Amino acid sequence: MPVPASHILVFSLLLFSVGVLGVLTRRNAIVILMSIELMMNAANINFIAFSQRLQNMVGQVFSVFTIAVAAGEVAVGLAVVLALFRNRDTVYVDEVHVMKG
Amino acid sequence: MAPEAVVFYVLASIALVSAVMVIWSRNVIHSAIYLVLTFFCVAAVYVLLRAEFVAVVQVLVYAGGILVLFLFAIMLVNLRDPLGSRLGVHATLSGIVGVSVVGMILYVYSTGRLARSLTLGPPTTGGGGNIQLLGDALYRDYLLPFEIASILLLVAMIGAIVLARQKY
Repeated sequence: MPVPASHILVFSLLLFSVGVLGVLTRRNAIVILMSIELMMNAANINFIAFSQRLQNMVGQVFSVFTIAVAAGEVAVGLAVVLALFRNRDTVYVDEVHVMKG
Repeated sequence: MAPEAVVFYVLASIALVSAVMVIWSRNVIHSAIYLVLTFFCVAAVYVLLRAEFVAVVQVLVYAGGILVLFLFAIMLVNLRDPLGSRLGVHATLSGIVGVSVVGMILYVYSTGRLARSLTLGPPTTGGGGNIQLLGDALYRDYLLPFEIASILLLVAMIGAIVLARQKY
């Protein structure tokens, strides 16, 4: 059943821009990580849509890789947030402006 | 309108609304719950796009693993100021950046040849879907990146343990 490819791409575009807005406007580092996950999902939707459109499995292979990278990224990111909270007692990114330990 | 198309538009709307709620809600736990709703809707969109294996991986890894990680992190850091965690000063600037990102990508889309339709619907390759094709591509053409991804996950695991350790 046909859905225009542009609609799927616009859907992923809107999801990506919501993620961009989340990264830019929120102070909480955990919510910023969630917004990054939203952006990665949007990129995955593009991979899958083009894979389906071109009848080629490479897009799905790369979306599997993206999911693996996202899992590693969120694990390290949340570990950084935990270390930050332990050392600085905050998870708000605008209160962390000194890089010296 | 075809039923698959209706399902796609409904899923896309739910995903977008819950994605907006992820960044809009003040409680971080609510953000995490809306995030898992978004992940499930995106997984359903993958099924519509005939990527069943990726949909299953999405549910397992995102909704099963990453969300639990998020919830653990939220519970380990007790937020002293759960309300008012939104930047006010940069809101206008961020809005400008977001709208220009959307406009830029829409412009690129409008200049490309993307008008042809995608075909949604159930897989035509039998009950198992296209998992065999995906496995062929993953283990034949992309074996080295696959192994490198496993090393990447190992490094990320060790790095997370080292970073989150109590004493250095």
